[in-house]
Amino acid sequence: MEQTATLHDREMNAAYRVKRGLGRGGVYAGLMIGVILMIVPFWWMLATSLKSPIEILEFPPTWIPTGQFARTDAGGWEEVYIVSRDADAGTVTVRTADGGAQSVLPELDVQSRFRLRFANYVEAWNQAPFARYYFNTVFVTIFVVIGVLITSSLAAYAFARMRFWGRDNIFLVFLSMMMVPQPVYIVPSYIVLVKLGWIDTYQALIIPWLAHIFSIFLLRQHFKTIPDDLYDAAIIDGCSRFAFLWRIMLPLSKAVLVAVVIFTVVGTWNSFLWPLVMTNTPEVRPLQVGLARFSQEQGTSHELMMAAAAFSVAPLIVAYFFAQKQIIQSLATSGMKS
Amino acid sequence: MTWLETLRRKKAMDPITAALYIVPAGIVVVVFRMIPIASAFVLSFFDVKMGRVRGFIGLAHYVRLFQDPTFFNSLGTTAYYVIGVVPASLFLSLFLAVLLNQKIRGLGFYRTIYFLPVVTSLVAISMVWKWIFHPRLGLLNYVFEKIGGNSLLWLEEPRGIFEMAAGGLGWEWWPEALSGPSLALVAVVIVAIWRGIGYNIVIFLAGLQNIPDQYYEAARIDGANTRGLFWRVTWPLLSPTTFYVMLSTTIVSFQVFTQIYLMTGPPVGGPMGTTKVIVYYLFEKGFDAGGNMGYASAVALILFGIILTLTLIQRRVVESRVYY
Repeated sequence: MEQTATLHDREMNAAYRVKRGLGRGGVYAGLMIGVILMIVPFWWMLATSLKSPIEILEFPPTWIPTGQFARTDAGGWEEVYIVSRDADAGTVTVRTADGGAQSVLPELDVQSRFRLRFANYVEAWNQAPFARYYFNTVFVTIFVVIGVLITSSLAAYAFARMRFWGRDNIFLVFLSMMMVPQPVYIVPSYIVLVKLGWIDTYQALIIPWLAHIFSIFLLRQHFKTIPDDLYDAAIIDGCSRFAFLWRIMLPLSKAVLVAVVIFTVVGTWNSFLWPLVMTNTPEVRPLQVGLARFSQEQGTSHELMMAAAAFSVAPLIVAYFFAQKQIIQSLATSGMKS
Repeated sequence: MTWLETLRRKKAMDPITAALYIVPAGIVVVVFRMIPIASAFVLSFFDVKMGRVRGFIGLAHYVRLFQDPTFFNSLGTTAYYVIGVVPASLFLSLFLAVLLNQKIRGLGFYRTIYFLPVVTSLVAISMVWKWIFHPRLGLLNYVFEKIGGNSLLWLEEPRGIFEMAAGGLGWEWWPEALSGPSLALVAVVIVAIWRGIGYNIVIFLAGLQNIPDQYYEAARIDGANTRGLFWRVTWPLLSPTTFYVMLSTTIVSFQVFTQIYLMTGPPVGGPMGTTKVIVYYLFEKGFDAGGNMGYASAVALILFGIILTLTLIQRRVVESRVYY
């Protein structure tokens, strides 16, 4: 009796393990399909950015940048493109990449080879004032981040620690402002900036973003967790209000401040509608708007567009791979998607 | 002065000091948020051209708006977009989050990859996908042909997907009202789902990890199978998270602009205006030729009204089913 029971158990276990194993396999298969779907567009951006203009027009397309090379008289290899193939004669008609003379070569003298065309990056970079765009975005981002850190910690400190008339109501009004989506106030904001004479200036990109309500909210929540006793003790020891914020509150809030920095950087770097509306000239135009313009003006040079897209997203993606944990956490708390 | 007095004085009401701390943020919030938001209401009753207010015109903008078929089309297009993005994004991200929650190896790796598009700029993403959707040279059509499908026009296809499906089945006739969103809009929807899924997965994963293991153990002892565990334990306990994800995805989807601006056309909103969403309509009226900003403000207010109403309805409907 005992024997059969164990046997039964063992069978059950085996069946369970097989089922579990299949389940496990299914889980990983599902996740891997997802990974491939997420990665392929990035791969496609990079692969395209390293192809030649001729290769772009090939269909079916190549997964890895590949060039056609012909043996030169000197014995080296030169990139060419193929005009036609004659299978019977075993020859290939090629033309040099710069559009020069055609020549007929035996098939053995023409080869497909892996080739990365980094020149696309240089060409794209030089076709539009990308250096300027880059500088503008970095400049604006630095100022916005510093500004947000200062204004948010000051305001959050007042809302969390000080006592004054209407404190909670003022805070609620601040919070309700956060609920209004940007497209709703972009038109009147434009008029405000026109009246200030700020259209097409750095001020237009920096100053309206110097206060970030969600950061105030986040810091206030954190400041409230710092016990009152600490404050009392510091005050008795003759610590001023500001010194308490600077020396005690902020050092205790490093994690929150890092989160604020991250979502401010990502938000500013990637913002599009606002700078699209508020700038007209390349002098102050940020990277995203410049990239969009480049894309609309280019039209057909896909390899250059992909190169420009790649060098525009590179800084954030590199940073992301170094600090993905903090970045995911910060963006997830901020509720920021676009 | 005793220490107690010092303490009392420092803790007492001090509006002036408090004001000093709030003013830097406060000025910005008032000038660049409160005033613009309030003005949006006011401007919608005025004739405003290229940033200059010309006079009060009452409800004229609203009257014109409700007579403009393009406006209703843009509302319908936006609705299609939202309905296309929200359920699919919710389903896929919940599915992947549940898979990720199976105590798997390499959780960090998967999460990092899924989240990657969230840190990538929408401008770049739109450019890459426009290239992937290219009707002649695109990667997607290549893959489609490889697996035996037909290549499609994607972003250049104005026909509705239901109409196309009916055509595919060989039906000669299909009612125009039921032609559905254009394939071009569906392409934009696909990109939105792809881009937002990582964010939703992270939120769902946090929600799933908050469900205590004991609940699963107890249910398993009571003989629940995998499906039972999901529907009786995970789903109800996850409902606040699901609600949040649904709400935030809906609100963000209503404001879609960048993808439309970069992926569709020229002219933007094409082919045949089938991807002209409400925010692009607003942008076009307010900032393109003519710059009719009063009219654009009226559009903005209606958009705001819709988002606010949806938020309230969704909150009410879902709240009755949310288990805390």
